[in-house]
Amino acid sequence: MDVKHLLFIILGAVFVNNYVLQRFLGICPFLGVSKKLDQASGMSIAVVFVMLLATAVTWPIQHFLLDPNGMGYLQTIVFILVIAALVQLVEIVLKRYIPALYKSLGIYLPLITTNCAVLGVTVLNITEKYSFGESMANSFGSGLGFFLAMVLFAGIRARTENCEAPESFKGLPITLTAAAILAASFSGFAGVVETLFGA
Amino acid sequence: MNIIVLAIVSVAVIALVCSVMLVIASNVMAVKEDPLFPAVRECLPGANCGACGYAGCDGYAKALAAGTDKRTTLCVPGGADCAQALAGVLGLEAGAVEKRVAIVFCGGDCTRTEARMDYQGAHSCAAAKLLFGGAGACAFGCLGNGDCVAVCPENAITIDKGVAVVNRDLCIGCGLCERSCPNHVIGVRPMSQKVFDRCSNPNRGKAVMDVCKAGCIGCTKCSKVCPEGAITMDHSLAQVNPTKCTACGTCVASCPTHCMSFAEPGMAPAPAKAERAEEKSAAAQ
Repeated sequence: MDVKHLLFIILGAVFVNNYVLQRFLGICPFLGVSKKLDQASGMSIAVVFVMLLATAVTWPIQHFLLDPNGMGYLQTIVFILVIAALVQLVEIVLKRYIPALYKSLGIYLPLITTNCAVLGVTVLNITEKYSFGESMANSFGSGLGFFLAMVLFAGIRARTENCEAPESFKGLPITLTAAAILAASFSGFAGVVETLFGA
Repeated sequence: MNIIVLAIVSVAVIALVCSVMLVIASNVMAVKEDPLFPAVRECLPGANCGACGYAGCDGYAKALAAGTDKRTTLCVPGGADCAQALAGVLGLEAGAVEKRVAIVFCGGDCTRTEARMDYQGAHSCAAAKLLFGGAGACAFGCLGNGDCVAVCPENAITIDKGVAVVNRDLCIGCGLCERSCPNHVIGVRPMSQKVFDRCSNPNRGKAVMDVCKAGCIGCTKCSKVCPEGAITMDHSLAQVNPTKCTACGTCVASCPTHCMSFAEPGMAPAPAKAERAEEKSAAAQ
């Protein structure tokens, strides 16, 4: 588990298996909060933070609690429970000790509680049979991928809002079309990272 | 059977651990809110305009409740009523609040000035300004694309003949338009000031006349005729001192380009006898 391997996982999660644009998880905030760049980046930073925390908690639960007792089928419900409680706890701690960070992340934290990208990354870490270090790298990369997709799409939306779209394309249709083109262009990264690392 | 019980128990235990943790955390780390804060916040209008100098109404209310700021008169949209209410809640003495309104320092509408180009870009002053300083012949005047109209929370601004016009009754003096104008043509001034030099072009004489018939040419005539000495020249633009100005209208009548003008048409004093006679003879003809 050298640095090169971790870098491979991170870059793979950002570009090749981008959670929003290739796995189609977390589409709700992708369309909902991407109207303004500052909101999009605030939300994404909160997602990176929660993804890392959630992985740090759910990986030990899976490997030391669920698997030894043959309760792997409880994975989804336990993960949802733990992530929801964790986000609440983080919110309380932030409000008390780092009010400035709470103000910038605060409104997005409850939204992330039920974000399927967060649940998705924790579950996929288990199914991919990653070690703890690899899981953390994958979570960080996935969060960065979410950040990248949000920031790119916020920029695209700023342009589509101002353009003269045909009447029937105004609003959501042009947004979804733009998202589809962005997702299609990201599939061009498939194979690039593998070739880069000779894996 | 055993499996079901184990599953139920383990999920219940995890849930219990989580909930106990949350209960303890919320009790230990509860943030105590100042009891004064909601009462103070209630008095403020909630426009979040930032005219008080704080980041929104919450920021101002927090400062007042904590006692770090004792000035109850900072809220421009709330005005005197708001200051009175705040003083009542906090047990402080309310000061006098002077109403402030936005003024457009440009009279160059489409009948007085001309466009240099046919601008077809984005409908925004900031965008128009980027393109060689705007479409108008005068690079210092109102761009007329309505960035101020867009930010005004009270819909007090309209664009009339290519120049922004402020409705002084609707204006709350928040100053959002002042900050949005790329040419700094709009300024917030006390309501009591009634006479203005409606021009922002700092050039002199011919340079102004070439681009706008309503521009201030910096002739200093107004500062010489003012009986109160209320007008001073700031480079080539006239500045009116609102505490000295009696709104007698001498400067308005003397201004060769009519850029010295009253804030509202109704503010002009009754015309002098000689003028009335002139008007009569004009009417008779």
